[in-house]
Amino acid sequence: MSAVESTIDVSGLGQPIRGPRALTDDWSRFWHLTYNIARNEFKLRFFGSVLGYLWQLMRPLLLFGVLYVFFVVVARVNGQKGPGDAHYGVQLLGSIVLFTFFAEATGSAVRSVVERENLVRKIEFPRLVIPLAVVLLAMFNLGLNLLVVLVFALAEGVTPMLSWLELPVLIGFLAILATGVAMLLSALFVQFRDIQPIWEVVSQILFYASPVIISIATVKSKISATWVHLYMLNPLATVLQQFRHAMVTHATPSAGALLGSWAQLLEPVALVAAIFAIGFWVFNRTAPDIAENL
Amino acid sequence: MSAGPAIVVDRVSKTFRIPEERTHTLKERALHPMRRSRNEVFTALDDISFQVDSGEFFGIVGRNGSGKSTLLKCLAGIYGVEAGRMWCNGRLSTFIELGVGFNPDLAAFDNVVTNGIMLGLSPREARARYRRIIEFAELEEFQDLKLKNYSSGMYVRLAFSVAIQVDADILLIDEVLAVGDASFQQKCFDVFNDMRTAGKTIVFVTHDMGAVNRFCHRAVLLERGRMVAIGEPAAVGQAYLELNFGREVHQHADGTLSRIGNGAARVQEAWIEDEAAGRWAVYSQGYPVVLKALVSFEREVTDPALKVTFRNAEHEIAAVASTATAGAAGTFQAGQQAMFSLRIENYLAPGRYFTDVDLVRTDNSLDLIDRYLDTLEFMVGGVSSLGGYVDLPYAASVERVESAETASAELR
Repeated sequence: MSAVESTIDVSGLGQPIRGPRALTDDWSRFWHLTYNIARNEFKLRFFGSVLGYLWQLMRPLLLFGVLYVFFVVVARVNGQKGPGDAHYGVQLLGSIVLFTFFAEATGSAVRSVVERENLVRKIEFPRLVIPLAVVLLAMFNLGLNLLVVLVFALAEGVTPMLSWLELPVLIGFLAILATGVAMLLSALFVQFRDIQPIWEVVSQILFYASPVIISIATVKSKISATWVHLYMLNPLATVLQQFRHAMVTHATPSAGALLGSWAQLLEPVALVAAIFAIGFWVFNRTAPDIAENL
Repeated sequence: MSAGPAIVVDRVSKTFRIPEERTHTLKERALHPMRRSRNEVFTALDDISFQVDSGEFFGIVGRNGSGKSTLLKCLAGIYGVEAGRMWCNGRLSTFIELGVGFNPDLAAFDNVVTNGIMLGLSPREARARYRRIIEFAELEEFQDLKLKNYSSGMYVRLAFSVAIQVDADILLIDEVLAVGDASFQQKCFDVFNDMRTAGKTIVFVTHDMGAVNRFCHRAVLLERGRMVAIGEPAAVGQAYLELNFGREVHQHADGTLSRIGNGAARVQEAWIEDEAAGRWAVYSQGYPVVLKALVSFEREVTDPALKVTFRNAEHEIAAVASTATAGAAGTFQAGQQAMFSLRIENYLAPGRYFTDVDLVRTDNSLDLIDRYLDTLEFMVGGVSSLGGYVDLPYAASVERVESAETASAELR
């Protein structure tokens, strides 16, 4: 018999066994797990079918084709072409690719934790790995898609600019936003299974509420400055507009300019930070019980 | 063997809340924000305390739903606990299921690396050990195949091979021993014995007492989330078998049932005991058991005998014994009582038995006086037999015999 005495000497007993958590003390395992899960998924898509990557690319390209034909060729939305609409095709494709990243990361994050049930219930690992791997996978895809955008941009005659260096910052900003939303959604989905259809609709709304198809510069003259400001608070709008400005043409105003001043860029930044914080808080709170609540 | 505790569990309790009415959607929650869902609380573990010494092979046994797997998951850090604390000393690895994180669409290499990382290896270590893993799993020819094209045996072999390559100090294992074909099983058992010798601490969850006896130094028995017994495997095994079958033994049927027999006498009570008059649910093979029956006579009966029929779990008759062999019992008058007793050398094959106790007349054994209302149940415990209904006591010998040819050749 070795029942433990009630007065227990804690020293020399080793590590306390804690329950499941979102995070970990072993960051190298955390990263390797995230990377490996994302890499395996990527590999599957890449080599899983004969056309592999082509299918992955088809979605943004098809969307681009449809939107381009419909809005530019048929409806002539950009009829009175301003200087800001130079290389409209590149602006459109780039925006679609960036938005696709956000939609893919958040959309597949929703079910991710529940779908990885076999892992969650069978082994101890930092739970945050799951939504992070989803975002990382989306980033792999984004990288490849951006290569296509680059080729297209050069073919269209976009001149390389120093401001292209802003791209990593823009992607990082977008990735933090996507991670925040991914954490929030995947944690909520454990308990509320209607998060998925809700998010599909919200995602669709966000697509039209962000300057994917129409540059904000085009409609700027038609609405009040307050509305422009409110519109630009949408972090997606900030990223997409700055992408157009920095990557395609300086003729379209920068996000900072549309918000009023550079300092006001802090508003969407603060918003993203808040979304990330809330997402993490919710996920962290849910993490210990995920295995039981699935 | 001991260098301080490897695992300490101190008054650990774990409850699951089972909502009576689970709100599955945000809509329901939004429409009825004030409705509090009532929870049923299920106590899976109740005040569990024990410690596992370093280098010990420790078993956790219990019936289905006894909480043994929950305890393992708490130790593994998959479930959090409500009360109590736990410590572990050293690197801990969990095998609740083999091949956690295996992706059927990928080949062996990617799966080995991912699974290895899951179990605590670094990617570099996992890659370096890949060759050894594949060799141990005997899958050299199949390593380029996707896992979905593996047979289940190959799959399990690969998973097990990864698992044993993990250098953990403490392994938590949940009934994954019996995997693969016979030769691979043998390999697994060798590995477990190696681990024992290497001084690794192993916590092993099972409902198979045989495995506990074979491997474990000590074991704990759980029942309904409580600790029932802890200690030597043999003692825990006895407690476990009694738990399994004990409650069904010596329960008397309702006396108002119509009885079989001519009614000239009644078997008032019948029971099985050991030579020291102890009544158990389990009797060890090789030690005599005594069957006793108290009979009261309603009418005059001449030369009654007690006939006992042992049926095995398949309800086949394994053995029959009768007091008739002791000779004529004489005549009993109405109102008299008699105690019948049969001492039986217990060579019954290990397993579960149902015993019919009949009072018969010796002149014609078909003439049934009374059948005891209750079927006595008991278990025979022992080392696994070679088969058959009984394990006869026998002496065996092998002697070399010169063949006729050689013998005749020498003669010439």
